[in-house]
Amino acid sequence: MTTIQTRAKTGQDNPIAHLSEADIEAIGAELDRIRQSVLDTRGEADAAYIRRVIATQRYLELGSRAVLLGSALPPLWVLGTLGLGVSKILENMEIGHNILHGQWDWMRDPKIHSTTWEWDNATPAAQWKHSHNELHHTYTNVLGKDNDLGYGIMRVDEEQPWHPFFLAQPLWNFVNACFFEYGIAAYDLELGKNLKTPKDKRSAEFKANARKVVAKIRRQATKDYAVHPLVALPFGAFLPTLAANFTANVIRNVWSHSVIMCGHFPEGVETFEKASIEGETRGEWYLRQMLGSANISGSKAMHILTGNLSHQIEHHLFPDLPSNRYAEVAPQVKALFAKYDLNYHDASLPKQVYSAWHKVVRLSLPNGWLATTTAKNLPQQLGLLHKMMTGSRRERRLIEKRLARAASLLEAKARSTDAAPEAA
Amino acid sequence: MTATLEPPVRGSRLRDRAIRVAEAATTPLLPADYLDLFAPLRSGADLRGRIVEIHPETRDAATILIRPGADWAGHVPGQFLRIGIDVDGVRQWRAYSLTHGPRRDGLISITVKAVPDGVVSNHLVHHARPGTLVHLEQAQGEFVLQGDADRLLFVTAGSGITPVIGMLRNLFPSTDEGVLRLERSAGLDVVVVHVAPSRPDSIFIRDLEALAAAGAIRLIARYDDEHGVLDVDDLASIVPDLAGRRTLACGPAGLLDALAAHHERAGLDLVVEQFRTTRVEAGEGGTVTFADGRTLEADGASPILDVAEEGGVLMPSGCRMGICMGCVIPMTDGAVRDLRNGEVTTAIPGETGAVKVQTCINAAAGPCTFDH
Repeated sequence: MTTIQTRAKTGQDNPIAHLSEADIEAIGAELDRIRQSVLDTRGEADAAYIRRVIATQRYLELGSRAVLLGSALPPLWVLGTLGLGVSKILENMEIGHNILHGQWDWMRDPKIHSTTWEWDNATPAAQWKHSHNELHHTYTNVLGKDNDLGYGIMRVDEEQPWHPFFLAQPLWNFVNACFFEYGIAAYDLELGKNLKTPKDKRSAEFKANARKVVAKIRRQATKDYAVHPLVALPFGAFLPTLAANFTANVIRNVWSHSVIMCGHFPEGVETFEKASIEGETRGEWYLRQMLGSANISGSKAMHILTGNLSHQIEHHLFPDLPSNRYAEVAPQVKALFAKYDLNYHDASLPKQVYSAWHKVVRLSLPNGWLATTTAKNLPQQLGLLHKMMTGSRRERRLIEKRLARAASLLEAKARSTDAAPEAA
Repeated sequence: MTATLEPPVRGSRLRDRAIRVAEAATTPLLPADYLDLFAPLRSGADLRGRIVEIHPETRDAATILIRPGADWAGHVPGQFLRIGIDVDGVRQWRAYSLTHGPRRDGLISITVKAVPDGVVSNHLVHHARPGTLVHLEQAQGEFVLQGDADRLLFVTAGSGITPVIGMLRNLFPSTDEGVLRLERSAGLDVVVVHVAPSRPDSIFIRDLEALAAAGAIRLIARYDDEHGVLDVDDLASIVPDLAGRRTLACGPAGLLDALAAHHERAGLDLVVEQFRTTRVEAGEGGTVTFADGRTLEADGASPILDVAEEGGVLMPSGCRMGICMGCVIPMTDGAVRDLRNGEVTTAIPGETGAVKVQTCINAAAGPCTFDH
């Protein structure tokens, strides 16, 4: 199927080798049945849920902004900033993301509809819907097709050739986390690709979209960094309010970046190659979503604050089902994974965040480098890394091969010691 | 001229500026989105109403008393109202006649008969609760009294009585002391020919009988089970002075068509209000019509998106598998079927309004029209 098949060649585990075509279609049929069971019972309680969340968020925002009028007092600053941060998180995750998915279109409420909703984010809803709903959800974890995978600037898979340039990717990832909303706007615009194109050759579509992004950012910035601080000015809280709004935006950015990294980036989540998805059946598409996503376990409040993207697997299988129903289908989906002996990625938020960051760091280094490095051989390993950064391309390739060999030897050794007790 | 105009202009400029600042403070939402939390019926809000009371009329009919929002512009007896209410979480729009003329307490009411399989009518009669917020449009309808036309014939059938009851209640208010004879209706000579399957199935029959007993109207009730189905050619014999009256009719399409043909032959004027009974019957495949007038044949298995694109219509599209909502366009009339689970979505003009549908996973289920 994918990098998965390439792995089969290199002797690594293929997580779907044991599935027949009939199995895959049966998985598809079962998932269709689960989806239908939710559609059949979708109704008043769900509508009440989303309206309650929207009302809660608006009261919270109003309340927090009122508290921030007094933000010259540090305790009120902290309270208002936290409240506004949570409000922005709710607005982006459980409300905006899910409405823009069309999860609530069935209510036929023109105020809560994917075609009319706009969100508190730098990227205009229309552009985000294209890059997210169309590209990311259709081509989930397909290298080169899914911009969510490293946002086009990160090394996200061993198959991608390493370059010294990637050494800085943990730093970019951190910067991207802090200013995530602008990062999203940039990759919705395919800014990197378009900036490389000479100015006069950029498409009219890009220019129009760029103007819309600039207008959206201006409106957002005017609100957070001019209007509300000015309203607080008579209370002597211009600067504290400005700082609070900036902090709330960063809180929201780091949070949503973390949740999204946890969804597709932890160790063990599969990526796919372009060629592998041609002529994909519905069952195969479902399977790719199952293998390419990871869940976060936690409390109900945590699920809501992640926009129920903590149920990333269920969300990717059923992106148009109301988010409040993912928790209820999760056990059925999990049972299906177990029935077909597939790995249901599920771990707590700190674990998934650590795992995703670990992968970012590991892939910023040449393949096998981190695995073969110990405290003892660190100086030699750093020497190797230095050579790879400064040497010719040929030298780099040779060292890469050496590292890969050493790493696979280590892995084989680890496997045999694991197996030994069983053999005995 | 300038002197008298300037102050309001300056005032409105200030107001405009205040509105712009409020909008800048609430973007990407509008100030109204926050105000709606506290005062959904305020002036300036989208027109809404709150159900105040639900009063059962018969086994399967009820009068719904509604407090309309501050911007309600009032109505004339006989007019109807489009009302949007959430049933099982889905916003549904229907048109109902206003039962009363303007009332002192500012409330309005509609009288609804639950029809078999009627999603909204059953909900309103049996499940709706006081306190529910509903969405409204201003009153509409040509079927109103024209002041001094003093000799009237109403021909009503089934629930077609509701707009007529609205007019009659306004003309002849019913009180504890009996039916009032107001000066404004003193000169009126009203005959009501009311057609229904049977007496117990006839909503408002007690009101009509009370009005007749008080001498306000002459009631000619025709029950199918008692008198047989009404033949419009018999109308001249039932109402001998038919030619001297203005006829106002309301009921199902069949009756209105027959009456129109009859009056045309007789050279008489007729005012009708078709009280909606048309229903979209979902079929297998059909035609798809677009805003530029183009009509395409569509089979029941092909997504409308594919049909339209093959026919050369420029369509918005996205994932083409029903997940991204990139292909959603408004359907103004007709029915489509979801190819994934067979669910039918219908749009009825003047009732549901335009319904947004995903064209990539819906096929035509009968003729349908898109505003695209």
